[in-house]
Amino acid sequence: MAQRPTGVKKNEARTTAVRFRHKHLLAISDLNRFEAESLLDRAETFAPLAEQKIKKLDTLRGRTLINLFFENSTRTQSSFELAGKRMGADVVNMSVRSSSVAKGETLIDTATTLNAMRPDLLVVRHGASGAVELLSQKVGCAVINAGDGKHEHPTQALLDAFTIRDRLGGIEGLTIAICGDIVHSRVARSNVALLTLLGAQVRLIGPPTLMPAGAERWGAKVFHTMKDGLKDADVVMMLRVQRERMTGGFFPSPREFFWFYGLDEDKLKFAKPGALVMHPGPMNRGVEIDSSVADNPNVSLIETQVRMGVAVRMAVLEALAETGANEEPR
Amino acid sequence: MSVRPVLITNAKLIDPAKSKVETGAILFADTILDIGNVTSAPDGAEIIDAGGAHVAPGLIDMRVVIGEPGAEHKETFKSAGRAAAAGGVTTMVMMPNTTPVLDDQSLIDFVLRRGIDKSGGVRILPAAALTKHLDGELMTEIGLMAEAGAAFFTNGDTPIVSSRVLRRALSYASAFDALIAHRPEDPYLAEDGVMHEGDLAARLGLPGIPAAAEYIMAERDLALAELTGGKLLLDMLSAAQTLPALKRAKDRGVKAFASVNVHHLVLNEQDVDGYRTFAKLSPPLRSEDDRKALVEAIASGLIDVIVSGHDPQQAEEKRLPFEEAAFGAVGLETLLPAALTLAHNEDVTLNTLIRAMTLRPAELLKLPQGRLAKGAPADIIIIDTGTPFRLDSDKLKSKSNNSPFDEKLLQGAVKRTFIAGKTVFPQ
Repeated sequence: MAQRPTGVKKNEARTTAVRFRHKHLLAISDLNRFEAESLLDRAETFAPLAEQKIKKLDTLRGRTLINLFFENSTRTQSSFELAGKRMGADVVNMSVRSSSVAKGETLIDTATTLNAMRPDLLVVRHGASGAVELLSQKVGCAVINAGDGKHEHPTQALLDAFTIRDRLGGIEGLTIAICGDIVHSRVARSNVALLTLLGAQVRLIGPPTLMPAGAERWGAKVFHTMKDGLKDADVVMMLRVQRERMTGGFFPSPREFFWFYGLDEDKLKFAKPGALVMHPGPMNRGVEIDSSVADNPNVSLIETQVRMGVAVRMAVLEALAETGANEEPR
Repeated sequence: MSVRPVLITNAKLIDPAKSKVETGAILFADTILDIGNVTSAPDGAEIIDAGGAHVAPGLIDMRVVIGEPGAEHKETFKSAGRAAAAGGVTTMVMMPNTTPVLDDQSLIDFVLRRGIDKSGGVRILPAAALTKHLDGELMTEIGLMAEAGAAFFTNGDTPIVSSRVLRRALSYASAFDALIAHRPEDPYLAEDGVMHEGDLAARLGLPGIPAAAEYIMAERDLALAELTGGKLLLDMLSAAQTLPALKRAKDRGVKAFASVNVHHLVLNEQDVDGYRTFAKLSPPLRSEDDRKALVEAIASGLIDVIVSGHDPQQAEEKRLPFEEAAFGAVGLETLLPAALTLAHNEDVTLNTLIRAMTLRPAELLKLPQGRLAKGAPADIIIIDTGTPFRLDSDKLKSKSNNSPFDEKLLQGAVKRTFIAGKTVFPQ
């Protein structure tokens, strides 16, 4: 765990926590290695809480957290809701799809309206890249990006890194393969940024049509076959094929995709023996992942990811609540 | 002669027909009376000591979007005229993508009569739609609208997908020696795209428009111009890879010309980083290599014309998530200072630069202005090329202030603008 740097008073923060420098959490690419690691260190103290009978803390008592989801989400929204409630905050869920946005209200209008309600923390998911950053410029409270278009999903990357660290003891030096629909994936972008920051060798595997232009300049190696890409991998991270974001065909059929890029027991053998499998969910079984792999508790970390998600989000909420504590809303 | 004559002395004259700036004087009323070594002025003439400032023909901007008729909240003849005069633009060609579309003789007539009436004297020439409703299917009455005074014919920002339609239009228009301007962009490759395709777009999670979308269509257009003998202007090039095809066509004697938006000469894709929607343009700002190639093409004359690409958008159309925000930037007031950046950097000479905004457009449009020559209309600007300033887009005279140059440093300002000898700026 990180040493507490000089200058942090004993009574100001918890024993391992380092004051977070940013007002918002918008993108992994805004963080340096020390900041990312200190968030994971924070999460470590929250992880055991889920196993206790009484799971609630009062760190955020009296604070208001608004979940603002412009895109449907089950797991991320409930994960943030649980994290907020376990920290003692009052949590309000706003599903914007069905409300005023349908009546033509712009993102900025929504931001102004919410700002007037003076929340302390705003968790936002939006279908357009950069939309959360735009919204953050118009509100006084801390904003957490819960996924913006095809840009970033920082808490997903943090929980993935936390899950790997928890299981394998560290990230430095690991070979991690991210496979499938890279081009439409904010999870891939955040994970490449975070895992390379933490010292892993990251590989991207997928057909050329699902690989972003210039991906080889992200610090990751690009492969187009599972056999080459999975060689010696410690962790295999599968991505959901996001057919809702696709215009026209990016590959001929789900059947063909599964044949070449779907993770089953045979393809998993290309990786290092004992390699672990991850998936951010929700899964398309039989498209990018086979049930025999997804449900095998010896290799699959998919359930652990969900469990760790709450602890990581508690850590993020706490870190941002400390930063924003002294700031007046605009 | 109803206009009071003006004598400007001690000026650095930028004659776009010449290769170098020359010190001298210019005497004009509604037309240019004398230039060079002028010693005497008629009685009652206003005598201006330019104090070594530059004098050039008023700029001819071949690509301006005006909201009138149909979108007067964005820009009117009056506000566009004010902005143009302040920016040294004395003639502007207005794009036909209005509501209704300028696809009929009577609308061409409307713009010609009402435009100059409202614009404070700035000359407004309509570009006519090349196809009815700009739908890319049925050609408009090219001959009748040319007679009515249409400057050229264009499908605006919507490329004509059907090669047959463009072929027929180029072929038919050649009978009237009419110029056809076409935006080369393959709509299938560009579909959903909002910025230059590349590393940065991928990182921002924004769908890109590859350079190939431009040069594929440009090669087709050039082939059609060659096939028909029509006169083609490739409208607002953005990609380096398009330029060799243009050069080959010109070398073969195809009547092919090209323009570039001034923004693409001084900005690149990095200006979009941070989701800056004010730098969201169509075609998109491309890489630094592309920008450098475009600058070289201006220096060599391969690209004929620099335009402002003036495209007013209200704040609410721009203050949106990047993918949802409107394309376009205002440019009438920043065309000259932005272009002067190239002269300050010594990438392009002042004469070459001014030529691309005066004489070349005048030649393509067969206009008598855009020159410093005896007998030419006295559309004249006095420029202080050195003055640095920080652009405050709230102070722009346009009705919209969507400028990517907001808060950026620019150098060079128009001191005075004359049209047919009359001062239109400052007022």
